[in-house]
Amino acid sequence: MVTTAANKVYFEDVQEGQEIPKLVKNPSTQQLVQWAAGSGDFYQIHYDPEFAKATGLTGIIVHGALKHAFLGQMLWDWVAPSGGRIKKFGVSYRGMDYPAQEMTCRGVITRKYQEDGENLVDLDIWTENPQGQKTTPGTATVILPSR
Amino acid sequence: MAEEFQLTQEMKDAIGVESEPHTVELDKTAVRMFARAVGYTDPVFYDEAEAKRRGFRSLPAPPGYLGTPIFNPRATAPGVGDQQGGRRFSNPFKRVLNGGTEIEYVGDICAGDALTVRSKIADLKPARGSLGQMLITTNESTYHNQDGKLVAIMRGTIINY
Repeated sequence: MVTTAANKVYFEDVQEGQEIPKLVKNPSTQQLVQWAAGSGDFYQIHYDPEFAKATGLTGIIVHGALKHAFLGQMLWDWVAPSGGRIKKFGVSYRGMDYPAQEMTCRGVITRKYQEDGENLVDLDIWTENPQGQKTTPGTATVILPSR
Repeated sequence: MAEEFQLTQEMKDAIGVESEPHTVELDKTAVRMFARAVGYTDPVFYDEAEAKRRGFRSLPAPPGYLGTPIFNPRATAPGVGDQQGGRRFSNPFKRVLNGGTEIEYVGDICAGDALTVRSKIADLKPARGSLGQMLITTNESTYHNQDGKLVAIMRGTIINY
């Protein structure tokens, strides 16, 4: 079952194995420059093709932290309408992603439990490149309100 | 580097040494810039009245945003990408990649907050992969707000190769 992002998600509504609404991105070079300014990461491999090639890359690559933030947006857009929040989210940068390519952010619920009075949901999260490879796998824990 | 790379004593000594604290700030403009760069359409990151209506003190920090270091060309405080614990060591590798990021939120963070950051190298280890010989550094930073409350812990992995 895939819920729509407009839904308010409550703890009672979710189950292990459920996929959350995916978020499709297609970062432009302009967006990478916006990210450089917003994050303060001015490393040239993210906007200067010649510099990137000189370090052995095939061209400019998407910032790892931007992919982390994209996955954060997927989680935020899922939990925030009902007043839920993100407790933890972490990823590894396993593969390069390039601008002007579709990147799909996805998440699947792996565990649902209560701890210290909080309704917690663990997820596997990842970004997928156009070839279907998981370039940014990780995990997250969110807190969901009860109905 | 033909021979197998091993940690130097200088590197081993750097593990666990906490940095001098430094301050990062969050203001509304920076929150909007970050949210816009990610592509958020949720008005909570742009409209303070909406943020307050939804129970936030001001614009909330978007996931992944933990403030902006205070830039001052005359200061030597660490900036972004330079938060590697409290001790320097000579590094034989020229190239660097971001290996991973994990953020754990303990409290809420909003525009108007100033956070005190303390960083340390939690782990250093040699590795060999598709990039050849590598040095994997795991940094851990704690973020305390202006009331002294721990609000976030960030663990970052840096790959030197």
